[in-house]
Amino acid sequence: MISRYDAIGRILEHVRANDLLVSTTGMISRELFALDDRPGNVYMIGSMGLASAMGLGLAVRVPHKRVFVLEGDGSALMSLGTLPLVAWEAPANLVHIILDNEAYESTGGQPSISANFDLAQTAATAGYPRTRRVEKIETLDSALTEATAGGQLSLILVKCGIAPARPSAEGIPRVSHTPKQIRDRFRGAVQA
Amino acid sequence: MDAHQFWGALKQRGVTFFSGVPDSTFSAAYNLMLADPDIRYIPAVREDVALGIASSAYFVGEPGKPGEIGGVIMQNSGVGNLVNPLTSFNLMYKIPALIIVGWRGYGGPPNDAPEHWIMGAKTPQFFDLLEMPSQILEQDNLELALDRLLAAINDRSVPGALLVQAGVIS
Repeated sequence: MISRYDAIGRILEHVRANDLLVSTTGMISRELFALDDRPGNVYMIGSMGLASAMGLGLAVRVPHKRVFVLEGDGSALMSLGTLPLVAWEAPANLVHIILDNEAYESTGGQPSISANFDLAQTAATAGYPRTRRVEKIETLDSALTEATAGGQLSLILVKCGIAPARPSAEGIPRVSHTPKQIRDRFRGAVQA
Repeated sequence: MDAHQFWGALKQRGVTFFSGVPDSTFSAAYNLMLADPDIRYIPAVREDVALGIASSAYFVGEPGKPGEIGGVIMQNSGVGNLVNPLTSFNLMYKIPALIIVGWRGYGGPPNDAPEHWIMGAKTPQFFDLLEMPSQILEQDNLELALDRLLAAINDRSVPGALLVQAGVIS
């Protein structure tokens, strides 16, 4: 089982300086911030479920840049209807990554329902042309290589282990930038 | 007013990227928009999703200039779906948008169908509660209402609402 922190680290190895990265609320944004606080990151520290919509808009409006959406199973389940919408628009520059630990870890590890629900299969049914479900770091690597090669919209479902919530949360700082700093820095990255 | 005039005034002001959920208030205007090569529309599945998509426009504008304003088109029955993205995204990060709302059931009963009565009476107060700018579109105030609303949206860098009653756009 991959730890989510390691998965985000591995994803970042495939992210180029001018790529845009939209991350969801909670621990995912905090871990991304801790690992690599790059200008092309927009930490959506509220608005659970909205990252995929923002990512879709960006991918459509900025077709010359690669856009990564990084969200959890809880966030993806909350906005399940966005999956067929993303597939309808099918921007080839969008890589949609769901880090699925089958739990609402940021709020204390309460179980989600994704243990019995395959979000990669759902994305395929929704019309994503390329979907991968990965459980090992090596297969995550090959899925990322495939997805970032471009050509078509991709979704990668990464089955992650749930970290022990308390020690992990204590070691990972909150995003320390103000919302306006996050906004303006990201705007600069989009326009660069 | 004629729907051509409505979209023309929006395009003139640089609002050309929209997402939304349809409302019969705009039914004829909708088809016109979908056929307009100068307007990009993404058919959202819910109003919060539409706002998330439209918000991306703000990041696209030219460096050093005010951000582009994305548009949302929706029925007022969906304003409840906007609460979380408004309070923990747009109003928090100060990301503007123009939210065009079909004002069903305005004034409360007996106008419109029962499902619109409660929200119809509360719609303007909803935007007031969140301290968002709003304007009511009338037959003869298109330019003025849009200019005032977009000025407030740009000045405060927040979303604002244009409330449109049935029959105003034909």
